[in-house]
Amino acid sequence: MKNQDTKSILLVGVGGQGTILASKILTAGLVAAGYDVKMSEVHGMSQRGGSVSTQVRYGTKVYSPIIGRGQADILVAFETMEAIRYLPDLKPGGKVVVNDYQMPSLPILSGEREYPDNLLEELQSKADTLVLDAAAIAQANGNPKSMNVVLLGALIQSLGLQDLDWDTALRACVKSKFVEVNLRCLDAGMRAAERNAG
Amino acid sequence: MARQLMTGNEAVARGAYEAGVAFASAYPGTPSTEILENVGNYREITAEWAPNEKVAMEAAIGASMGGVRSMAAMKHVGLNVAADPIFTFAYMGVSGGMVFVSADDPGMHSSQNEQDNRNYAKFMKIPMLEPSDSQEAKDMFRDAFDLSEKYDTPVMFRMTTRVCHSKSLVELGERKEFAAIPYVKNRMKNDNVPAVARNLRVKMLERDRRLAAFTNDCPYNFAEYNGSKKIGIVTSGISYQYAKEVFGDTASYLKLGLTNPLPMDMIREFRSNVDTLYVIEELDPFMEEQIKAAGIDCVGKDKIPLVGELNPNIIRKALLDEDVPEISFNQNLIVDRPPTLCAGCPHRGFFYECAKRSDTVMVGDIGCYALGGSEPLNAKDMAICMGAAFSLAHGLDKAFRSSNQDKTIVACMGDSTFFHTGINSLEEVVYNDSHVICSILDNRITGMTGHQENPGTGYSLQGEPATIMDIETIVRSLGIERVRTVNPLHLDDMKAALDWAYREVHEGPVVLITRWPCVLKKLSTEDRREFRPVPAVCTVHHDKCIGCKKCLSTGCPALSFDKYERKVSIDPLQCDGCTVCAQVCPKQAIVKGAKKA
Repeated sequence: MKNQDTKSILLVGVGGQGTILASKILTAGLVAAGYDVKMSEVHGMSQRGGSVSTQVRYGTKVYSPIIGRGQADILVAFETMEAIRYLPDLKPGGKVVVNDYQMPSLPILSGEREYPDNLLEELQSKADTLVLDAAAIAQANGNPKSMNVVLLGALIQSLGLQDLDWDTALRACVKSKFVEVNLRCLDAGMRAAERNAG
Repeated sequence: MARQLMTGNEAVARGAYEAGVAFASAYPGTPSTEILENVGNYREITAEWAPNEKVAMEAAIGASMGGVRSMAAMKHVGLNVAADPIFTFAYMGVSGGMVFVSADDPGMHSSQNEQDNRNYAKFMKIPMLEPSDSQEAKDMFRDAFDLSEKYDTPVMFRMTTRVCHSKSLVELGERKEFAAIPYVKNRMKNDNVPAVARNLRVKMLERDRRLAAFTNDCPYNFAEYNGSKKIGIVTSGISYQYAKEVFGDTASYLKLGLTNPLPMDMIREFRSNVDTLYVIEELDPFMEEQIKAAGIDCVGKDKIPLVGELNPNIIRKALLDEDVPEISFNQNLIVDRPPTLCAGCPHRGFFYECAKRSDTVMVGDIGCYALGGSEPLNAKDMAICMGAAFSLAHGLDKAFRSSNQDKTIVACMGDSTFFHTGINSLEEVVYNDSHVICSILDNRITGMTGHQENPGTGYSLQGEPATIMDIETIVRSLGIERVRTVNPLHLDDMKAALDWAYREVHEGPVVLITRWPCVLKKLSTEDRREFRPVPAVCTVHHDKCIGCKKCLSTGCPALSFDKYERKVSIDPLQCDGCTVCAQVCPKQAIVKGAKKA
């Protein structure tokens, strides 16, 4: 019997966007709920403004810490173009949560290439896609830097994990002075995903 | 005790703690860096950054000779640097248990090669353990010390990037104090002159035979028979997890944790119980070749790639010929996102001024400044390994001068790299008199690996004050007279220093030290006193910007160009106010102002 109940989550973005903090909170909540959990992240050179990904897998018993191409159940992109870059990693029929937030890479900044148009349309035509303006949601809830936690909220809702103890998980990972604003952002992310599903 | 989610690196540190380790040393290198950082959190262990891996290994060997349990940690290429002492210590054996970590990087996520260091264990004739997840990393590392003491040998602990940087659940144990073994002078064991070494060599071979017998009984080597015995898989390390992911209960496994020496009796027995034997391992056919040499039939690298990291999909394709369906989409929508020097990086000024010079050969090294070779700076010709820039430059100079090739050679390396082995390279330049410009890009920290202290920063691993070794004083003490220290973010000064160096280098070696802290560094009291940082940000006056894109040639990621407006803008969140862009702007369109809170 192969492990059919393992879920694979891929969080992608640009170095410095906080994918690692989001996956820390996520895994803390999953572990407390009794799941076996593995998480894999990339350190070193690519962190310097490069494309980054964090992989989280959970279930009854998880073997591989990494997700092969075409195997992620859900892809959470903190930056729009990164969603397309990692789309081949998504299982056909899988879900995408994408931040409507553009960070031009160097070839674009220098005017050599253009930031691609119609990314969201392409995503929506290929996968069940939830588009969020996480920056605006985070701003409205008191801290524009908490985009990552808004996206985490949307991910949690999309996975149907909203009933786990996220309050404790978040408090374990975030400095106390940022707890309240992040709890608001987490909740706002969940509600945004819920509205979309409803 | 509750289970904790830990990376393999954190788990190794915990294993060291539980084993009663008293001394640990390392030089940072991805993917091994966080091992010592985490060991440093246990007050019971003396944990230190060494200037390089050889020194770390030697210090750990000394601590073992002194009677305590000791360890060293390094990335795979670091073991090349440390190979000299450990090859001989393998003859001598330990007093307190001694274990070193080799963290390999299949796929070269952050390395210049993907050498398979398992070959070292066989070459050195020492036992090697390979964990496949964090629980094993913790338990095996703890138990490696018993193995080391029982068989009187250093133990190699071989990890790979995915084991180092993946988190999985770990059940913690308590620390067991190890009573130090009182030192007794024993030249026949510890003074490896040839007469002693000849005896020890024989003893080592005898130990190898005892280990070859033990490995068949080692609890970290075990068979897992499932319903089907059609397929049997011999595997170790992370490959075990991938194999389980692909085959689940449809195959039987021989999971190996102690992989040198290989448990050949066990493998032979396992082979007799299965129809087909696969050997699943990353990189070299380390196990496969030995298994085949023992006359055991198996399938391995005929089907599984020799290059790069494995993953479940690769194994599925190789052994089951199954493809995983993927979503197809418009590939043109992807634009590369290469890593770049950060906004405000002090290396930018240096590379910007170097890139403009013709007839120059730029020799690089290992660190963030590797990015100086990328577009648009393009200021690098070559790089090979830690500390090599000055010695490569030396050889180039000798070749150019003997063959009348008129080029100026500019070599560069960072402060930590200089202390690592660059200092030896500089000795070569001075002693054998080459005419090269040796640049030390001193950003006051070990940058690429995530900000570790080094002999130049004035702090220890734990943040305690340490003696500051001043690079300019060291350089002058080697006998170099042509030395200048410059702030690389002042382009006029940088340019003047390079002009001077280009003139002076005809007379002999020149050293340029650029001195400004990494933009990501958490500044020390001394840094604040010296560099007096004022939070600032640059902005573009769009009425003055003519859209010439000169500023973009600095490759700063905070700048962007709007091709419709034909104007440059600066992202205030990224900008650090370094003003390199403002200095290159021909229209003074970029101004520095106070950073808004």
